[in-house]
Amino acid sequence: MRDGKVVKGVKFRNHRVVGDIVELAARYCAEGADELVFYDISASPAGRTVDRQWISRVAEVLDVPFCVAGGIRSVEDAEAVLNRGADKISINSPALHAPELISQLAKRFGTQCVVVGIDSRAVDGDYVVYQNTGDPEKAAIAGRRTMDWIDEVQHLGAGEIVLNCMNQDGVRQGYDIEQLRQARQRCRIPLVASGGAGSIEHFADVFESTGVDAALAASVFHDGDISIPSLKHFLSTRGIEIRVDERQPDRASWQQTILSS
Amino acid sequence: MKPRVAIVDSGGANIASLQHAFGRIGVAAELSADPESIRAATHVVLPGVGAAADAMQRLAERNLSDAVRTLKQPVLGICLGMQLLADASDEDSATCLGVLPGRSTALPASPESPVPHMGWSRIAINRPDALLAGIDDGCYFYFLHSFALAPSAHSLATACHGVEFSAVLQHRNFRAVQFHPERSSRAGARLLSNFVGL
Repeated sequence: MRDGKVVKGVKFRNHRVVGDIVELAARYCAEGADELVFYDISASPAGRTVDRQWISRVAEVLDVPFCVAGGIRSVEDAEAVLNRGADKISINSPALHAPELISQLAKRFGTQCVVVGIDSRAVDGDYVVYQNTGDPEKAAIAGRRTMDWIDEVQHLGAGEIVLNCMNQDGVRQGYDIEQLRQARQRCRIPLVASGGAGSIEHFADVFESTGVDAALAASVFHDGDISIPSLKHFLSTRGIEIRVDERQPDRASWQQTILSS
Repeated sequence: MKPRVAIVDSGGANIASLQHAFGRIGVAAELSADPESIRAATHVVLPGVGAAADAMQRLAERNLSDAVRTLKQPVLGICLGMQLLADASDEDSATCLGVLPGRSTALPASPESPVPHMGWSRIAINRPDALLAGIDDGCYFYFLHSFALAPSAHSLATACHGVEFSAVLQHRNFRAVQFHPERSSRAGARLLSNFVGL
């Protein structure tokens, strides 16, 4: 999201507005999403403090966990986000600039609150970390190998890693199976796959081939190409253990939720 | 009688989501660090995010330890709140409130079950209780924790993440859940409704 609207880009560029944040959050929640992640991409590159009002509005309507990423550079920033009702905070570029922030957050809020997002891309036969990816002008190689950084953030106290495979982001060719498999072998903590989902088979593939603990997607849901209930039904028929709510989402009830918020 | 729910303000973060969850089921829940006000509530919730020793220290500083321990109305501990109601925790060797028998120990981490345990897991119901009315055996709830209490005679339900542990405990007027009902979709809302109906 950027400036209070939900946006989606392709390979982290050319973001377009796809909807109102509370409306989308309530819809995904009613449809059976297990967790929502909000990336405030306006926050990190511009180096400014963001308006956190939307977190309270989202927390009111959501009855599944949600994580907020973007612009969290200090324990105070994190506390403001968590106090508004977020369950987890995710840090990315600030952790690269000051890795000790991970330890400070883990000590204050517990490791279970602290997610580290890693933007990674294959370069010359290795996986390397990128920083400030919310702004194409400032996005740059962070000078770290992805697998080394995965080791380091766990050592510092991260409770979960979201690995955004940038080669795959927004292009819908499937998750980066090889990179995620390598990352999973390095992780003692939950690993979330991100980037590349284009079909329901891609989700089955990432769970079956890599052992990741969760899969994250945006475009395919924002565009309505994949519905969450049909995806979860498909995954459960493939023998993948996933929460399936027997009751179909009721369109009228989530619209009511929005109106009353 | 209309329920008046007090959420014990132990100074931790993330109490807003619990208040919102009660709001969604039409129940006003007041955040309070005042022992008198907590004693006057019809139902009391002890939440908790963070580490056991810190949370116990904050309860003590606010003169809330004895107030919670001596409550007679229905009490619900949530996540760390469950561990605070138990005898003790291996997390920083904390001595806890001692109203629920048992000691919290660290979940063993393995590649198949990484710790923290964060995600949706099924619960297995051991014995019926009004708190679990309308909740099916095998229902999913959202967990977010690294420590847990072993199954015991007081376990209403258990869950498994590497090892089996207590998902729901009950002893006298004290009940506790290791998962987060406020983040467990419709099943969680049902549990909170059941609690205020006790």
